Amino acid sequence: MPTEIKLPAMSPTMEEGTLAKWLVKEGDTVKPGDVLAEIETDKATMELEADEGGVVAKLHVAEGSDGVKVGTLIATIAGEGEEASSPLPPAGGAGGGQSAKTPAAAPVTESPPPAPPASGRGGADRGGEDADTPSTTAPTTAAKPKAGDAPASLQVSAAPAGPTHRQTVREALRDAMAEEMRADPTVFVMGEEVAEYQGAYKVTQGLLDEFGPARVVDTPITEYGFAGLGTGAAMGGLKPIVEFMTFNFAMQAIDHIINSAAKTNYMSGGQMRCPIVFRGPNGSASRVAAQHSQNYVPWYASVPGLIVISPYDAASAKGLLKSAIRSPDPVVFLENELLYGHSFDVPDAEVALEIGRAAVVRPGRDVTVVSYSIGVGVAFDAAAKLAEEGIDAEVIDLRTLRPLDRATVLASLKKTNRVVVVEEAWPACSIASEISAICMEDGFDDLDAPVTRVNSADVPLPYAANLEKLAFVKVEDVVGAVKKVCYR
Amino acid sequence: MAKSAAAASPPSPVRERPAEPKRYSASNDDLLAFYREMLLIRRFEERAGQMYGMGLIGGFCHLYIGQEAVVTGVQSALAKTDSVITGYRDHGHMIAAGIDPRAVMAELTGRAAGISKGKGGSMHMFSVEHGFYGGHGIVAAQVPLGTGLGFAHKYKGDGGLAVTYFGDGAANQGQVYESFNMAELWKLPVIYVIENNQYAMGTSVNRSSSEDQLYRRGESFRVPGIQVDGMDVLAVRGAADVAVEWVRAGKGPILLEMKTYRYRGHSMSDPAKYRSREEVAAMRERSDPIEHCKKDILAAGAADEAKLKTIEQEVRAVVADAADFAESAPEPAADELFTDVLVGTYA
Repeated sequence: MPTEIKLPAMSPTMEEGTLAKWLVKEGDTVKPGDVLAEIETDKATMELEADEGGVVAKLHVAEGSDGVKVGTLIATIAGEGEEASSPLPPAGGAGGGQSAKTPAAAPVTESPPPAPPASGRGGADRGGEDADTPSTTAPTTAAKPKAGDAPASLQVSAAPAGPTHRQTVREALRDAMAEEMRADPTVFVMGEEVAEYQGAYKVTQGLLDEFGPARVVDTPITEYGFAGLGTGAAMGGLKPIVEFMTFNFAMQAIDHIINSAAKTNYMSGGQMRCPIVFRGPNGSASRVAAQHSQNYVPWYASVPGLIVISPYDAASAKGLLKSAIRSPDPVVFLENELLYGHSFDVPDAEVALEIGRAAVVRPGRDVTVVSYSIGVGVAFDAAAKLAEEGIDAEVIDLRTLRPLDRATVLASLKKTNRVVVVEEAWPACSIASEISAICMEDGFDDLDAPVTRVNSADVPLPYAANLEKLAFVKVEDVVGAVKKVCYR
Repeated sequence: MAKSAAAASPPSPVRERPAEPKRYSASNDDLLAFYREMLLIRRFEERAGQMYGMGLIGGFCHLYIGQEAVVTGVQSALAKTDSVITGYRDHGHMIAAGIDPRAVMAELTGRAAGISKGKGGSMHMFSVEHGFYGGHGIVAAQVPLGTGLGFAHKYKGDGGLAVTYFGDGAANQGQVYESFNMAELWKLPVIYVIENNQYAMGTSVNRSSSEDQLYRRGESFRVPGIQVDGMDVLAVRGAADVAVEWVRAGKGPILLEMKTYRYRGHSMSDPAKYRSREEVAAMRERSDPIEHCKKDILAAGAADEAKLKTIEQEVRAVVADAADFAESAPEPAADELFTDVLVGTYA
C-alpha cells in the first residue's frame, strides 16, 4: 500500500503551513528518518521526516506553497517493490477522513524542542481561527481568510483614527516592545526562550537581533527566580518586561508579583518604585487540559498595587502594552494565545492608549454586553446573531481590569438598562461578579433585569474535545442570556 | 577487581577561588567606629524590645541582638553606589546603612515620621536614598530581589554591587538556588551573606539542613563560599573585603556564611524553649561581638575605659532621643490610607 503523507499539525495551534522546501523529488528512495520537507508554521520552521521507507511516488503540493491546510495530502510514498504509479485516492476522498493520529510522517523540530502547548481552539464561534482537529479538516489548499470573509469579531478593531495597517496581535505586541525599547534604554525583556528561540509564541521575534543579548535575556526555567530578579531590577531603576511562557507557570512566581512588586510602593511610604511588566499568554488554549488552561485575570485584578490589563484586538494590545511599559507601577498584562494570530487594523502612528479606559466597541441600544480578552470576540459574534433577531447589543471591551472603568459600564447600563457579562473564566469571584456588584451598587435604579453572567463551566478544564467545548463560553449562551434579560 | 580501582575519583575542578580572608587590620578610628555602631544597634534593639513590651510596637518584631558584627563589618566594606537588601530582621541593617535611628524607631511605632510613613512596620523598611532596598517579610524573597539589584548594577554599568543578606532558614528555600544559578550564569555583582544564627525560628540548622555547612551551598552553581566567624567584626570585614574584590573584578557572585547567634527569641513572641539558657549564656559569655571588639580596642590602646564609657553614653542618648521621638510623633493622617497604592494616575 502506498503511504499518504499529509501535512501534520506541528503545534496545537497550527492550522496551516508553508511548504518551504522539498528535500526529495519524485522517484527518490527514502529511508525512515529521512527529511522530506521543510515546513514553516506560524511559530517555526520544522523538518518533516519519513516514518517509513519507500519510493517517493508523487509530490502533490509544490514547493513554496503557503496556506497549506493541516491534513492536506502533500506526498505519496510507495512501499518497497510497489508500483510507484499506484493509483492514488483523490485528495479529500477516501483518505480525507483519515485521522492524523497515524501520520506517515512525524514532525521533528529544527533544533530546539517544539513550541510549548499552544492553542488551536477556535471554530467559527471563537473568532474565526478554525482549529478543529486535522482529521475533520477538508484537505484543501485554501488561501488565508481575507478580512471580508472573517466573522464579525475579526472585522471590528479598536476603531483607530488616522492611517492604519493590518497586523496580528502577535506583531502588535512585538512592535510595542520594540518601540518602547528604542525610546528608553532601561527597558529590557527577560523570560524563557525570548531571545535565541525568538519567543515560544514568537511574540519577541526579532528583538534579539535589534537589541542584543543584554536587553533580550534568555532565562533558565526558573519562574520564581526570574520574577523576583526582574522585580529587584525594577527596584534598582530598570524597566523590565518579564515574559511568562504562559501565566499558568506564573503561579510559581506569584509571591513576587503580589508580595514583592505590588506592595512595595505602599509599604515604603511611596519611596520605592517597581515599574515592571509581567506579560504572557493567559486563559485557555486548545486541548492542553486543566493545568495549562485558566484565566488569572480575576486573581490579579483583586490585588491593590497592580495594574491589570487584558486586551482583545491588536491596536489595544499595542497601545496598552506601550502604556504598561511606561507606567511607573507594576503591570500584569494578560494576553490570549488564541488571539495572537488574528489580524486587526492598527494605527501607523505610535499610539499609547490610556490605562483604565474601557471601550464601547459596538454601540447598541437594547442591551450591554461587557467582556474583555477573547470573550469580546464571542460578544461580537453574539451581537451579530442578535442583530438578525432585532436586538441591538452594545459591546464593551473593558481592556483594563484594574483599575476598572466603572463609569463606562454604568453609562451604558443607563442607556440600555440591561447587562450581560461574558467572561472566559470561572464564575465565582470573577470579573463578571465584580461588574454585577458594581451595577447593583451604583446602577440599581437603571436595571430592568438582573445582571447575568456568562462564564466558563465551573470545573477544571477537561481534555476531551467534546467536554472542552462544553466548558467554554459559547455564542449561543450569550444569545440566550441576552434574550432572557430582554424578556424575549 | 583491579579494574574497579582504576575508576579513579573524578578530577577536581580547577577553578579560581577567592583568596583566604585575613582578619582586617583596623586603625584605631576603625575600631572605635565598629564599637560605636555595634553598640548603637544593641541599645536600639534593647529599647525596641522594651517598647514592644509596653505595647508601643505592634505585630512581629525580630531583634538583631548578638548578630551586630555581621552587618557592621560588611557595611563598612561597601561603597556609596552599592545596594543592600535583607529580610525581616532588618533594624540593625537600617542603622548600619546610615539611616536616622529616629526614622527607624518611628516606623516601629507606626508613626507618620517613620521611614515608611508608618505603613511598613518592623519588617518593611526601605531607603532608596541610602541604597537600602528593604526589609522583606517573606523568607528568602530578598534573594532573587537582591540578585535583580545586582542585575541592574551590571546593566547600568555603574560599578555597584548588591549585598543580599538572608538567614540559615531562608537558605532552604528553592528561590535561593534559582538565584545562585542566574547570578553565576550571568556573572552578576552580588554578595550573598548568610547570617547563620543557628536557628530558623525554633529549628536548628542541624535539624533542617542536609548540608549544614552553608558556605558550601553555592558549590553546585560554582558560586564560591567562605565560612566566617560572624561574632568577630574584624573577621567579617576581612571576608567582606575579599568578597567585594572578587565581585568588583567581574568574577560573579560570592557567598559568605557568617556563623553568628541571636540572643533573643526569633521574634518577641518566641519563648525560645528549643535551646537551653546555658547555651545562650555561654555564647554571650565567650563570643559576644561587642566585648570582643572592646578587648581589641583596649589591647590596641585605641581608647581607654573612660573613652568607651563616653561612647556608651552618647549611644544611649541617641537611642533615648529616637525612642522619645517615636513615642511622641503623630500617627499618619487618615487620608494616608489611600496614598502610595499606585504611583501613576489612571483614567
